[in-house]
Amino acid sequence: MADLLIELFSEEIPARMQARAADDLKKLLTDGMVEAGLTYASAAAFATPRRLCLTVEGLLDASPRTVEERKGPKADAPEKAIEGFLRGAGLTRDDLEKRDTPKGAILFAKIVKEGRPAAEIIADVLEHTIRTFPWPKSMRWGNGTLKWVRPLHTILCILSREDGAEVVPLDVDGIVSGNTTYGHRFLAPDAITVNNFDDYAAKLKRAFVVLDSAERRDAIWHDATNMAFASGMEVVEDAGLLAEVAGLVEWPVVLMGRIGDDFLDLPPEVLQTSMKEHQKFFSVRNPKTGRIERFVTVANRTTADDGATILAGNEKVLSARLADAKFFWDNDLRIARSDVGMAAWVENLKNVTFHNKLGTQAELIDRMAVLARALAPMVGADADDAEQAAKIAKADLSSEMVYEFPELQGLMGRYYALAAGMSEEVAAAAEEHYAPLGPSDDVPTAPVSVAVALAEKIDKLTGFWAIDEKPTGSKDPFALRRAALGVIRTLVENDISTDLSAVALKGFGAHRVKLADPSEEADFTNLDLPINLLDFFHDRLKVYLKDQGIRHDIIDACIAMEGNDDLTLLVKRARALSDTLKTDDGENLLQAFKRANNILSQAEAGTNLEYSHGGDVKFAETDEERALFAALDQADSVIAPAMKAQDFSTAMSALASLRPTLDAFFEAVQINTDNDVVRRNRLNLLGRIRTLCASIADLTKIDG
Amino acid sequence: MSDTPRSFQEIILRLQSYWARHGCAILQPYDMEVGAGTFHPATTLRSLGTNPWAAAYVQPSRRPTDGRYGENPNRLQYYYQYQVLIKPSPPNLQELYLGSLQAIGVDMDLHDIRFVEDDWESPTLGAWGLGWEVWCDGMEVSQFTYFQQVGGHDCHPVSGELTYGLERLAMYILGVDHVMDMPFNDPDAPIPLSYGDIFKQTEEEYARWNFDVANTDVLLRHFEEAEAECKTIIEQEHMDPKTGKRIVMAHPAYDQAIKASHMFNLLDARGVISVTERQAYIGRVRALTKMCADAFVQTRAGGWTGDAT
Repeated sequence: MADLLIELFSEEIPARMQARAADDLKKLLTDGMVEAGLTYASAAAFATPRRLCLTVEGLLDASPRTVEERKGPKADAPEKAIEGFLRGAGLTRDDLEKRDTPKGAILFAKIVKEGRPAAEIIADVLEHTIRTFPWPKSMRWGNGTLKWVRPLHTILCILSREDGAEVVPLDVDGIVSGNTTYGHRFLAPDAITVNNFDDYAAKLKRAFVVLDSAERRDAIWHDATNMAFASGMEVVEDAGLLAEVAGLVEWPVVLMGRIGDDFLDLPPEVLQTSMKEHQKFFSVRNPKTGRIERFVTVANRTTADDGATILAGNEKVLSARLADAKFFWDNDLRIARSDVGMAAWVENLKNVTFHNKLGTQAELIDRMAVLARALAPMVGADADDAEQAAKIAKADLSSEMVYEFPELQGLMGRYYALAAGMSEEVAAAAEEHYAPLGPSDDVPTAPVSVAVALAEKIDKLTGFWAIDEKPTGSKDPFALRRAALGVIRTLVENDISTDLSAVALKGFGAHRVKLADPSEEADFTNLDLPINLLDFFHDRLKVYLKDQGIRHDIIDACIAMEGNDDLTLLVKRARALSDTLKTDDGENLLQAFKRANNILSQAEAGTNLEYSHGGDVKFAETDEERALFAALDQADSVIAPAMKAQDFSTAMSALASLRPTLDAFFEAVQINTDNDVVRRNRLNLLGRIRTLCASIADLTKIDG
Repeated sequence: MSDTPRSFQEIILRLQSYWARHGCAILQPYDMEVGAGTFHPATTLRSLGTNPWAAAYVQPSRRPTDGRYGENPNRLQYYYQYQVLIKPSPPNLQELYLGSLQAIGVDMDLHDIRFVEDDWESPTLGAWGLGWEVWCDGMEVSQFTYFQQVGGHDCHPVSGELTYGLERLAMYILGVDHVMDMPFNDPDAPIPLSYGDIFKQTEEEYARWNFDVANTDVLLRHFEEAEAECKTIIEQEHMDPKTGKRIVMAHPAYDQAIKASHMFNLLDARGVISVTERQAYIGRVRALTKMCADAFVQTRAGGWTGDAT
């Protein structure tokens, strides 16, 4: 048994790639060794900014010798067949053994694979791993052709046993393996010779390198929270930042600094964004004021002055950054509060292209305002508010702050709208109209925000439809699928009923698409657009509902109904139908409906007849028929008002409650009799079931 | 001898002598308006082809959109970059770089130097590389890049490029908060001059011209003329009919590409280029630099070794 230690020592590895690289190193090496027959007890991988490390314990000293027997052709087979077999197995004639079997004499080959020493296998697997390592981005350097994430300097590769360690010999483009590494770049740059993993980890720690990123992370968080706590403050949690910072240092030293008083009144998001994006600082909040008042930075070393110089430098850099941010903030506020106000920014947006075929951002805003106004009554918003909100929602795109920090778009709009004296509702729409950004992002709920959010997305969809830039396959450069899902979720989750076709028509109209009136002046003509867009919505709706466990065919059965451009209604119908079909009664009713429908189709086939008169109870001959009439009357009296109230679940459970009566009817009653009056009456009775079902969903679309 | 430099120019002089000591040819700034030291043909073109190269130089750089009338403590529309290009990149380039920081007075025992991922890409040069921004106590003091591709050509061998933002670095070393307050020559000189004494006036003038006065029709025409001239130069026969020599005019063509790029930057500062147009302009400049790169590798300096005859 032996233990393996590998270290690949390079120039600084990007923080975001380290964890994945450690995992990949472990997987590629261990898979490769196992495939070559070299099994092991346990393995672990580590990464620092300058090294990837793998330790494997309990490794076999060599791969086992294997013997495989392979059956060949018959002994009297043609020479060519035997030669072919030998070639395939890589053997010579002497390796074959003739054996008598019930099927005659057959040649057998014995293929012996001698075991290989561990070092040989490791060298092969490691070299292959280095040459094919799956870095997200890799590079060449100097005169070489080898690729690594940054220049690779040394390869440490040793096998250690109780009696000592041996270097696994390896040469990758001139980088020769050894048993040395280096400590911290500044604190302990000398070469270190190691014997095994424990020795390596211990010596590295003495050389100011914490090998394990989890240990670095914990140390950073521990020190940062302690330091903040000692000042009566708290660190704003940010797991992503913590992981990143742990990947930037080998010897973390936490320092806490102050934010200049001049900057404390900046919006906290601005402070946080600026500190995080530019400086990788944690924000430290004062719970008494609720403000961000300090920062935590993590240095990569100790110094004789306990980090005083480093901290002073960091504070200075931050001040310069925040001076910029404050400059933007003050300028922006001055404009927002001026007489012209945010209109000045909208004016600038006349020079900013939204899309070369769809005009400028200012034109987009005009269209959004029209749409938001039209949508307002449907979503319960004040029309003037909705229009005003749409007009300023994108104004912050010309602000200096958003130019500097694009990720603050919307949020700054909200601050500036408030500064400009707009209402909370209108200001909120500036931030919330972008939502939802992803499938798990919250949808806006405030009516004004909803109106503007819908307006923005419908304008986008109708616009790109008009210029025929629809998503195809995996290509969706304008994120139109996301926009459609946003519309769907905003409507459904807020329980808003809309005539989406009518809204889309307005959208197309704003994009100057000629749809109906031939006298309309138009830039685009395509009469199929609205239908096509509605189909797109329905497709996205299927994906959305499928994620919620509602089957495709159920949605199809509901889309086939009138009013399918009210997505909220459609979803309610689909949910009710899905629930009903999950019950026994529902499933059986479906079968009964299909049976009735088949009987009717056959009876109607080749005739002009349609059995939709409802039948008359006085021609009923059996109790079961009469019971069905009664049950249908009863169901009608529940279903009609329920449907009117869009109470699909009541309607559907009333429908499902027909099941026992209907089952009994089919059991007892023969539809086709010699008496034509009775027969037609029965068909018309079945016709009532068909009509009733059809008023709820198109059950013919349901599978099974 | 004091280890801390006393002026902006002393920092420049120390860098010059450091890199001279480490074998670089100390070149002079390129005599054209460029946005960054990378545009100097000593970097852009010389990073191409197989011939070894080692050069260092100061390059005045113009970024019209960064003008702040000399008021912002850190932002300037005209500033200096210090540029080093070594091909092939030596294995100890990081150590050489850290040595240069020491040479200009950064005490490695007191400061926190970090190499933070920063992949470099220049859409106008059709170039990219991997490397870092180098942080000193949280401040970016240099860009460190291993060129992988320039002008659409794979770099073989790979050049190592170092770019120092001189004003920011110097302000840090000299402990100055506003760039205009920074001593340019020795503060004890008979006539001490600050950075502001020299550049405050020009920052104001250029900011006004860049943002509000530059005639956009003229700029646009210049852009198009430079573009056309670049193409014309490239289209010439390699054989010069007058001298009978093979003369591929990569550099004159590249001058025109530089000119077009600067005109684009000026147009951008005037705010007349929309987001979508922007991409188109960048694409046009890239097409020019690509042509120049193609031409350069056809020159002896670019590694062309002559016809088989």
